[in-house]
Amino acid sequence: MLKQKQKVKDKTDAFTLSRDTAPYVQARQLSIGYSNEVVVADIGFELRHGEAIALIGTNGSGKSTLLKTIVGLLPLVRGQLSVLGMPPGSNPRRIAYLGQFHASGFVLPLRAVDVVRMGRFPLHGLWRRMGREDDEIVLSAMRTMGIEKLADSQLRSLSGGQQQRTYLAQVLAHQADLLILDEPATGLDAGGRELYLQAISDELRRGASIVMATHDIQEEPALCDQVMLLARRVVALGTPQQVLTHDTLLETFGIVVFGDQKHVHVLEATHGHNDKEQSDRRQTRL
Amino acid sequence: MDWLVTPFSSNSFMVHALIAGVLVSIACAIAGTFVILRGLAFIGDALAHGVLPGIAVAILVGFPGIVGAAIGAAGMIGGITLITQRSRLSSDTAIGLLFVGMLTLGVIIVSRSSSFSGDLTRILFGEILGIGIPAILIQLAATIAIAIMAAICSRPFLLLSFDPEQAQVAGFSSRLYHNIMLFMIAITVIVSFQTVGTLLVFGMLIAPAGAGALLARRIEVMMAWAILFGALSTYFGLLISYHFDLAAGASIVMVTVAIFFVVFIIQNLRSRRVPRPQELAHVKTETES
Repeated sequence: MLKQKQKVKDKTDAFTLSRDTAPYVQARQLSIGYSNEVVVADIGFELRHGEAIALIGTNGSGKSTLLKTIVGLLPLVRGQLSVLGMPPGSNPRRIAYLGQFHASGFVLPLRAVDVVRMGRFPLHGLWRRMGREDDEIVLSAMRTMGIEKLADSQLRSLSGGQQQRTYLAQVLAHQADLLILDEPATGLDAGGRELYLQAISDELRRGASIVMATHDIQEEPALCDQVMLLARRVVALGTPQQVLTHDTLLETFGIVVFGDQKHVHVLEATHGHNDKEQSDRRQTRL
Repeated sequence: MDWLVTPFSSNSFMVHALIAGVLVSIACAIAGTFVILRGLAFIGDALAHGVLPGIAVAILVGFPGIVGAAIGAAGMIGGITLITQRSRLSSDTAIGLLFVGMLTLGVIIVSRSSSFSGDLTRILFGEILGIGIPAILIQLAATIAIAIMAAICSRPFLLLSFDPEQAQVAGFSSRLYHNIMLFMIAITVIVSFQTVGTLLVFGMLIAPAGAGALLARRIEVMMAWAILFGALSTYFGLLISYHFDLAAGASIVMVTVAIFFVVFIIQNLRSRRVPRPQELAHVKTETES
């Protein structure tokens, strides 16, 4: 706890130092959650141009809630959050979002290319026609994810991994300044993963910033400047090397395997919304 | 040939019925496509039946039925939105409650009036063979309005059908466009009830678009199929009704449902076909990687 407080404090100091270089995402004493339930309190971080942050934690730890708050799907409960210098949800042209679920995607008569083209909609609004340039961007995004040959295939006929590649291509086609990705590597095979990691580093090199929720504690965090460990509170925030330690991972996931004895010590395996004990603990911590 | 053409060439009421029916088909195809894509079939059904008390009261006090239908639809949508937002109940519970409430209210109003049974049949099953030029003009205006609405909102409607959150993040308010979509469905139901009646308009809303969904690989194509199936149903439904002296509205809807099942069966037989080489190539690359 002390360690965490210290880190939050350091972060707050950092804000004052970097005020002139406008951050892409800036959160201060931010509480996120739903109308009658705070999921994570007191979040503070700052993401600049061309930087990436990985949110790591178990299911129900608050990763998706934070992402949804950043894109404006959920109102923030308390504190401050500015996204590209504005309140969340006010800049759709510059922000691409990849959610975790596509509820009704399966009944739609849609080709993969139609899905990727949707990535260009925020830039064109209701009226502006899509031109040849858009077609080229869409094709190149599909090529990046290795699905250009599936362009005419029905979305519903694609495998889970191919669909995920399609959704990623949609995000790339947007050419956004800020990418908000919720478990983007879900279902990808080894080849897809490689293309995805390459695409992410290309986006960063282009100057885009990325906030991603992930369960990966190796490859994806390695591309990120910061990692935030979440367990319905901020367990740790810092560079991947600082944060991804034995102790913090134990605190986040509650499971650590020691050596080859496979001795498993479980502190807390879930951070479910209805877990009473969990919410009691949260109360005391708040 | 005579059998196919004469009923129309020698009777102006048949021509009016055909024009009105085709206009209804176009409106229903456009609205029905989104009813299917967004999974709004139940709300479409509820709207189609929930307008009954509005129409009944309007006829009772001497207003045009269409005004009553509009008020009934507005009450229905308002009630559903209110219950869904103010309680933890899912929208289908809200829709079901209002659906039954409005329907029974309609029946009670109708049962108070002894001279009403003729009106009731007209409301439930339409009077396509008695349709006049003014009603056709209203239908034409509504169909054009629906087409324009769908064209303007094509991107948000597509995003909304794909994933409402995606629509919201892309800058298209999902609540606003959802309401516009409901409004479009309501207009379709309201203006179409005179032609095929409140009981049957739901069939025109989902059967042609459903058949289109089975065939199409793109949404525009699905809509085009739905218009074609709806228009064909109107034409053959009217013919069958003319030659065999059957209820016109019911014959039309019967044909659209029949078309749906024919398409469904053909589709199922075809799905046993050998996969195309292109599709096999995908499978191959997947197993390789």
